[in-house]
Order: sequence, then C-alpha cells, then structure tokens
Amino acid sequence: MTLEPMRAAASAVLEGGPGEGEYNFAYLDEQTKRMIRRAILKAIAIPGYQVPFASRDMPMPYGWGTGGIQVTAAILGPDDRLKVIDQGADDTTNAVSIRAFFARTAGVETTTRTHEASVIQTRHRIPELALGADQVLVYQVPIPEPLRFLEPRETETRVMHALADYGLMHVKLYEDIATHGHIAKTYDYPVKVEGRYVMDPSPTPKFDNPKMDNCAGLQLFGAGREKRIYAIPPFTSVKSLDFEDYPFEPNKFDAPCALCGATDTYLDEVITDDRGGRMFVCSDTDHCEDRQASGHRGHLHVDGPAARGTVA
Amino acid sequence: MTTEQTAILRLRDVAKGFVIHLQGGLAIPVVANVSFEVRAGECVVLGGPSGIGKSSILKMVYGNYRIDRGEALVADGGEVVDIASAMPRRLIGLRRTTIGYVSQFLRAIPRVSARDIVAEPAMAQGMGEVEARAKAGELLARLNLPERLWSLPPATFSGGEQQRVNIARGFIAEHPLLLLDEPTASLDAVNRAVVVGLIADKKAAGTAILGIFHDEDVRERVADRIVDVSGFAAHGEAAA
Amino acid sequence: MSDQPLLVAEDLAKYFGARVGCREVGFELYEGEVLAVVGESGSGKSTLLRLLSGQSEPTRGRVMYRMRDGVTRDIVSLSEAERRFLFRTDWGFVHQDAAAGLRMGVSAGGNVGERLMAVGWRHYGKIRSEAETWLERVEIDPARIDEAPKVFSGGMRQRLQIARNLVTSPRLMFMDEPTGGLDVSVQARLLDLLRRLVADMGLAVVVVTHDLAVARLLSHRIMVMKEGRVIETGLTDQVLDDPREPYTQLLVSSILQV
Ligand SMILES: Nc1ncnc2c1ncn2[C@@H]1O[C@H](COP(=O)(O)OP(=O)(O)O)[C@@H](O)[C@H]1O
Ligand SMILES: [Mg+2]
Ligand SMILES: [Zn+2]
Repeated sequence: MTLEPMRAAASAVLEGGPGEGEYNFAYLDEQTKRMIRRAILKAIAIPGYQVPFASRDMPMPYGWGTGGIQVTAAILGPDDRLKVIDQGADDTTNAVSIRAFFARTAGVETTTRTHEASVIQTRHRIPELALGADQVLVYQVPIPEPLRFLEPRETETRVMHALADYGLMHVKLYEDIATHGHIAKTYDYPVKVEGRYVMDPSPTPKFDNPKMDNCAGLQLFGAGREKRIYAIPPFTSVKSLDFEDYPFEPNKFDAPCALCGATDTYLDEVITDDRGGRMFVCSDTDHCEDRQASGHRGHLHVDGPAARGTVA
Repeated sequence: MTTEQTAILRLRDVAKGFVIHLQGGLAIPVVANVSFEVRAGECVVLGGPSGIGKSSILKMVYGNYRIDRGEALVADGGEVVDIASAMPRRLIGLRRTTIGYVSQFLRAIPRVSARDIVAEPAMAQGMGEVEARAKAGELLARLNLPERLWSLPPATFSGGEQQRVNIARGFIAEHPLLLLDEPTASLDAVNRAVVVGLIADKKAAGTAILGIFHDEDVRERVADRIVDVSGFAAHGEAAA
Repeated sequence: MSDQPLLVAEDLAKYFGARVGCREVGFELYEGEVLAVVGESGSGKSTLLRLLSGQSEPTRGRVMYRMRDGVTRDIVSLSEAERRFLFRTDWGFVHQDAAAGLRMGVSAGGNVGERLMAVGWRHYGKIRSEAETWLERVEIDPARIDEAPKVFSGGMRQRLQIARNLVTSPRLMFMDEPTGGLDVSVQARLLDLLRRLVADMGLAVVVVTHDLAVARLLSHRIMVMKEGRVIETGLTDQVLDDPREPYTQLLVSSILQV
C-alpha cells in the first residue's frame, strides 16, 4: 500500500506554520493533524476497526462531512490534487464548497477528473473508474457503527466488535428477507473487512460495495460527529454480508445511461421537464462525460455542450 | 427358586419423628426401632391403627420422609444402598430402577393425560413410547377405567378413578420393590379384586411388596406376613 | 451422559460491601437434573444465579463447568469470548421479564434464529425452518413466525424465550422465576411445556423461584435459601413433605397445597 500522500502531508508539516492572520495549511493546526494521522495509521493497521479520535469543530455543520474533511486535511500535501464529489457529482453545493475550502486553506490544485486526483473526498459514491495505487478515497460518514440500530449501547457494540460477535447483524438481514422477501438494504450495506470486522460503508449504495473489495487505492472513512476513523488498506478483502440462499446482489438498473449508454454504472433519476419527463443518467458525472467524449452515446445524448452543466 | 431368600428391603432400628417449629418446636415421635425385612416375591403388610406410622414407614423407604435413625437397606442389583444416607441423585435413580410406589393419592400433573402419566415410569426404564402407551392402556383397561378418560388429565377424575390411574402407574414398570399405601381404599369390590390379581402377578414375578391395606379381605388375600407397627410406637420418646 | 457433574459450586460467597449476597453455597448438578432454588425475595437466589452463570464474580469459592469437550473449567477463568460462546450454545437463560431475554422488536423467527446465526448458520431457509420447528415445539403457531414478541401475550413471550434458548441444544439452563407474573392457567401450560422439554432434552436446570408449586413440578432437588445461605437441601418431595428447618416449614405451610 502507499502512504505517499501522508508522507507528502508530513513534509508539508515540516515546511512551517502559517503567518499572521492566515489559516494553517489545510486549516487544522499541526498538532491536531498529527493526532488524526495517528488515528489513520492505527485504522490502516486494523482494517475495518473504528478508531476513536478527538474530532475538532470545523467551520461548517456536521452534516457537511466534517469527519471526511478532517481526514482530508490531515493527509493533504501541497502537491496533492483534490477531487470532491457528492452523490457522484462534482458540482453540488457540498462538493463545491469543500473543494473551495481546501483550495483556499491549503492552496492545492483541484480537479473533477477522477484519474487526475490523488485525493478524492466523497459522500455517497465511489467513482466508477477503479482507484489506482496512488489514490486515496476519503469517505464522509454520518453513522459509522453498523450495529447501532440493533444495539444502542456503545459499550455492548464495542464488545461485539472485539469478540466478532456478529450474529445480530445477520438477524437484521434475516428480518429484511422475512419482511420484504429479499435483503431490502440498498445503501449502507454492511461488509466484513478482511474476514474480521463488520463495517458500515457509510451511505454509499450497495452498488459500490464490490469496488471496495481488493481495491488498489487506500480508503479512509471519517465520522465527525461520532468521532471515528476507519480504513480499508489497499488490496483488502471486503465482503458484503449475505445468506447462502440470498446472496448479495448489487443494485441493478433496467436501462442504460441516457447520455453515455453505459450499462455498468450507478444511475440517478433526473427530472427533465415539468411534465413528468425523466431520464436515468450516470451519477458519476466525470465518468459519464468521459464516455461521451470518447464517443459513447445514450438515447437522449445531445451533441455540443454536455446536457448537464460541468463544473466551472 | 432361591429368590424367596433374598431380602430386597431390610430396615434396622429405624426411627422417625417430627418437630413442628410453628408450634413452638412440638415434637411428634412416630416410630422407633423399626426392624423387619421384605424378601423377593413376598408381600409384607404393615398393620396397626390409623396414625401409628405405617405411611411414614413407606415414605421413609421411598425417600420421601427423612429417616432420623437406623438404616433402610435396599438391594439394587448387586449393591446395597442405605436410603437413610443416600444422596438425592442416588434416590432418584433408585426410584426409576428399583423402588415403585403407589401413594394414597394421585398427584396429578397439569395437562398430562391419564395414559401418559401411567406410561411414564415404563418409559423412564427404557420402554419405547408406543409400547409403554399400549401397556398403559392394558392396565387401565384391566382396572376398568373407561377408555374415554385415558386421554384426559386426571385432575377432574373421581377419587376412585384417580386411584386406579395411580395404581396403573405403580404397576407398569419393573421395580424389584413395590410400596403400596392403601391402594384399594376407594375402590369397589370388582376393582379391589383386580388389584389383588395385579399383586399376585408381581409376586409371581419376584417383586418384593411392602403394603398397607385397610380392607381385611384384601389383606388376607395378599399378605404373606403382617408386621404390626404398634410394636414400633415411639412412646413419648423425643424425635431426633 | 457422563457420570461427572456438569456444574459444581464450591463454597460460593458474594458480598456487596458488608452485605451478604450469598455465602457457603455448594452443590453438584448433573446432566438431566433440575435444581430449584427457593426462598423469599432478597434471600440470595438471583445473586447465586448470576454467580453460577458467570455474570458476576464470587467473593469466595468457585464455579466449575464441564465444557462440551469434557474439560472442566472455572467459570471465572473463561474469557469474555468463551463465556459468550457458552451463552449462545451450551447455556440458556430464561428471564422472568421476557423483554430482558428477547428482542422485542425483532420477529419471532429472528429471535429464535439469532443463536443459529451467531454460531455461523448462513442459510436463510434452514434458519427459518429450524425456527418454525421450535415455535411448534413451544406451542406457538408457526404462522406467527414474522410477528414480533411485542404483540405476543405474556405466556407466548415466555415460550418464545424458551425456544430462543433451546435452539442450539444447550446442556444447562438457568431460569429466573420463569412463571412469575403469569396467570395461573398460563403458568400451568408453561410449566408442563418446560417439564417435557427438560425431560426430552436431558437438560440440567437451575431454576430460581419463590413458588413452591413450580419447584414441585419441575425440579428433582431443592435448595432453600434464607439470608444468603442454603438452610435446607434435598430431594424436592422430601424437603416439601418433610421440611426440617423452621423457615422451610413456614414456607411450606404458607401455601395450601403444593
Ligand atoms: N409431614 C408430616 N409432618 C408432621 N407430622 C406428620 C407428617 N406426616 C405424618 N405425620 C404424623 O406422623 C404420625 C404417623 O402418621 P402416618 O404415618 O400417616 O400414620 P398411618 O399411615 O399409620 O396412619 C401422625 O401423627 C401424623 O400426624
Ligand atoms: Mg396412612
Ligand atoms: Zn453515463
């Protein structure tokens, strides 16, 4: 696995603090970043294990992904190139403001191109393009504890993790099948990491679960309000929980992307007019545009400027 | 047959009394120096007036009442066990394999049918359920308990009906020692005769029987010997 | 069945500061044996049950348990993982309050299946059919498998709790006032069911109760506790029919017909 980004970040630390009236590099003070890095290293050492950390107040509300932002701040170095996505798109308010935040506080280059980015912060999605060994994916996580809704006592969930006492997790899936005839969970779908810890992949759709498995890039998860960091090191086994007779199945879509014609991507439903017109398009905007640029066409593709605004 | 010589039960200087703490430690001496034996294939009947301690002796032998002094030796296969000092677990085992008991009154178990109550001791001795239930049916039929009652829990049966269930339960299994506490008390002449026949069968099979029989006629027909409990009365002697 | 005891309590004591929870408790329990612990509330019954089941540590003495592999272990020396494993395989615990022993919001099937899933069952169909079998055995209509215990009556909840425990064929069950708070007729049904299951499965049971009728019906042996100590012990019918201690005589005489 590669810790290049962290080494870069570490060298940035050595280059000195901020001047009068300025932000520190990437906003957080050096001591806080070191503390977060220690938590990250521990998380990498114990794949899937939730490491507590002293989450700081950030200049934005919790729902904005302060956990992911702190992780990004701790690993970012001056040479990094940052991409931020929300629901797969680079142009939502949340993504735009986080990108702007780091452009201002760390002065790093930003990009919307997945393959160009060294650090990608995300909420809800994993890019369609497989991560490379030189890339880090940072997830913003609202609720890190997969057992929370089954067992509200924190002391008990900790013991359950410590003892790999996960029968309860399957009870939840059992209940799903009993009620709906299938495992109804479509996002937040629990996984077992390296055969040991059960982990919550944050609100990503289960479509993305297979991408976490044996992934070349480093995956880091930050939960600000819940003060937890966890990680999946590169090339780690990540298996979605299931039953032998009800095996895990990623979400399936009936139609290809209306713009690029892809049949293997996660699609969002987009309302096209006020007469109830709708279409299904890739939620990963960069991927969709890439495909269109290389000549792939969906049935609603229009030539010229992309049908959906690109990031300025 | 040499079984007639074999003592299955031997009581030696057994004493029993009660201390009623709720009445200021009132001591009720019941029996003392009880000594007699019962051999395989014979029926020994305890005699003496009511309240003299006959039932108490049976209960001591069954382990239901504690023995204050002396010993009650029971032959269990090749072993001799003293009921007075046996561990509860040993007593439970003896009740299954060696000592049968027909109490004066049936203790009904809620929701368990008459037939199943009867079959249970045989099954505890290893008989299959089907066979045990069939044998239970035979015994109940022999005791003239109407078949429509077999599948019902006996809680609502009349005294005589309950007693016949109790007798069948006591006779179904193969215990080398059988204790009978007035089994015929609430039975009519016909069923008394049935019980006399059952006892004769057990004796013929080598079972040692220790019983209490109110009815003169029954006593005469089953008893090989009578042990008069009046002779063991613990006159004023304080209970241990 | 082994002729070694399954559970042995040796000179157990538990103090809460200067207060005595229980003391000088010793007994052996064999497979297939049902031991009733009786006494009024506050006499140390539940304290003893917690010690026996490893939920609290004795101040003195020890509890030995013969594990499935035949090795006898001191309960206190078990790791948390081993203890939990015992609790979801070889042991059962039936609480007086069903809510403490059930997941009230999870379906009956999920409640019964939980132990199976915890020991690695991963086939939904098999888990479900095993749950159905057990619902039937505790006289709950299998058609109600998808209903949660919060809509069940008190008696049904207790029976569900029993099914949930027995599904892994434990060898030892702890029961804390299993019939407490139930109507008399509901109690009778539950007791009969317990009696039968215990006999069929050859279970060893420690049942805590203040109800001598429960002890009479379920147990082979009885321990009478008072102020934290065992004051009288023996065959159940012997202790109930020929009670020796003043306190036991009082207990027995305060009920009309046990
Ligand atoms: N459980 C008991 N507690 C106190 N006294 C008892 C108990 N059982 C029997 N007794 C007393 O022991 C004496 C003998 O009774 P019992 O053995 O029933 O006599 P019998 O069977 O000869 O009529 C009586 O005084 C009776 O009241
Ligand atoms: Mg009598
Ligand atoms: Zn597309």
